[in-house]
Amino acid sequence: MGKSTRLAFGETIAQLGEIYPNIVVLDADLSKSTMSNLFAKKFPERFFEMGIQEANMIGVSAGLALSGKVAYACSFACFITGRYDTIRISVAYTKANVRIIGTHAGIGIGEDGTTQMGLEDVSLMRSLPNFSVCQPCDEIETRELIKYSVQHQGPMYIRLTRQNLDKIFDDDYKFEFGKGVQLTEGNDAVIFATGALVAESLKASKILREKGINLQVINIHTIKPIDKEIIVKSAQECGLIFTAEDHNIIGGLGSAVAEILSENYPAKIIRIGLPDVFGESGTPEALYKKYGFDAESLAVKIETHLKKSS
Amino acid sequence: MYKHKQLQQIANELRIDIIKAISRAKSGHPGGSLSAIDILVYLFFNEIKRTKENALDPERHRFVLSKGHGVPALYAVLARIDLITYEELMNLRVLGSRTQGHPSYLDLPYVEASTGSLGQGLSVAIGMALAAKIDKKSYRVYCMTGDGETQEGQIWEAILSAPKFNLDNLCVILDYNKSQIDGYIKDVMDLEPLKAKLEAFKWNVLEINGHNFEEIENAFNIARETKGKPTYIIAHTIKGKGVSFMEDNVEWHGKAPNEKETELALQELEKLLVSNG
Repeated sequence: MGKSTRLAFGETIAQLGEIYPNIVVLDADLSKSTMSNLFAKKFPERFFEMGIQEANMIGVSAGLALSGKVAYACSFACFITGRYDTIRISVAYTKANVRIIGTHAGIGIGEDGTTQMGLEDVSLMRSLPNFSVCQPCDEIETRELIKYSVQHQGPMYIRLTRQNLDKIFDDDYKFEFGKGVQLTEGNDAVIFATGALVAESLKASKILREKGINLQVINIHTIKPIDKEIIVKSAQECGLIFTAEDHNIIGGLGSAVAEILSENYPAKIIRIGLPDVFGESGTPEALYKKYGFDAESLAVKIETHLKKSS
Repeated sequence: MYKHKQLQQIANELRIDIIKAISRAKSGHPGGSLSAIDILVYLFFNEIKRTKENALDPERHRFVLSKGHGVPALYAVLARIDLITYEELMNLRVLGSRTQGHPSYLDLPYVEASTGSLGQGLSVAIGMALAAKIDKKSYRVYCMTGDGETQEGQIWEAILSAPKFNLDNLCVILDYNKSQIDGYIKDVMDLEPLKAKLEAFKWNVLEINGHNFEEIENAFNIARETKGKPTYIIAHTIKGKGVSFMEDNVEWHGKAPNEKETELALQELEKLLVSNG
């Protein structure tokens, strides 16, 4: 098991602080959880503890960004995207170089339950003009994404996990903003996955391979702007199309893929995500099993649909 | 430095521009533009001394209009110092114009921030003041807030946070014209006792008549000289100041005058010019 993507973020931003004096980091009393405390320890003069006031933190970040800084505003995904109108006007409408860092995304946080789970955040952030939305799937991709984010022009939403994730990429992985990443070959079915569900999809592809089913796994780290070419190409190659995300099925990756395919290559899409419900408390493992996000559930679902369609 | 008499004359000339622009647009907020204009004129001409040359200088003093609906007053000032044309001011709210109904930073960078969803501008101003501190730059940041928007939670988050960072380079001016869309502030959601609240939040608080240039100048001087904490100027103003039928009349918060009302307003304002000039 590799690191959580929040830890990879904290370590990377603390390293980048040495290279880029224009990086500033803000947190709203969760720096030990978002891991922004790693930056705070090294660069106290460029770290701002804002207390539990996310809206003000976002506005202050916008002001810093409009003064030449790249501002990383960190909190839990649900709390920070909950201050939507401030993100909309102070950040998106000024195209400020703010990085909204939303950690503890999805039901994967486990026991804390619904109020701490970011479950609609991608949907919210995806509909803001000027915003890019990214969700890395492992520690290496997180590191490379965060490195990229310093240079990006315009605001970004970056969605990170609380839980540790399998390490998928090698050290020499090259992150390409806006490009999907094909992880496995196959043309029986394709699954477009993001974040924590990339590792589960990969494991599902192994289970299916043993049964003679070849699943193409595509990692979508940039949900907006989304990689239209890879989505259309993979859909054309494969008979069945799935999307998988630890997020409400409304407005997230599944919706983004559906938008692309409905206009370019109309096809049936099976969206895997939270079926427009809130989460609940439980271990991450138990929750993933209940909502069908674990590798075995994914494999069963894909196999069942393949049988139905043949 | 402009003399107070000159500033008064400019402000009254800009009142005419504001009425003309809102009248042509057939929508907009005359009351809160007329209450703010004297302070804005002093600020831009004598305090931050904005010119075409320094308007995008990284070292410039910043001004954020958090009460974004008062933007006709800001556009009038920007037109006066040639940052926008008179035609642009008169094309307020017209399709394709940079003079959007509320300040849009991407359309017109001189507004410094996009505002108009109330309660947000002060946080942005705090970010700018923090940037000056960490970059050891001497620019100051000014932010005008509205009294109605002071009911927003984010404003109080911002008020709580600025003293923590010892932002003595930050100065807030409250355009306290006492009314908002639904009525008088005291009836809708009272702010009082405001001075005591702000002092309890560790601000340097000043209280002035926002139409008296002597008092405005004095307050900005004190703000500049106060070290270790931010300054909050409670500027008592009159909504619709300068047009008798608009003064202290809630009805004129967000309504454009019709042709006849415009004529009456302009007659009154032109008289002010004569008597003052």
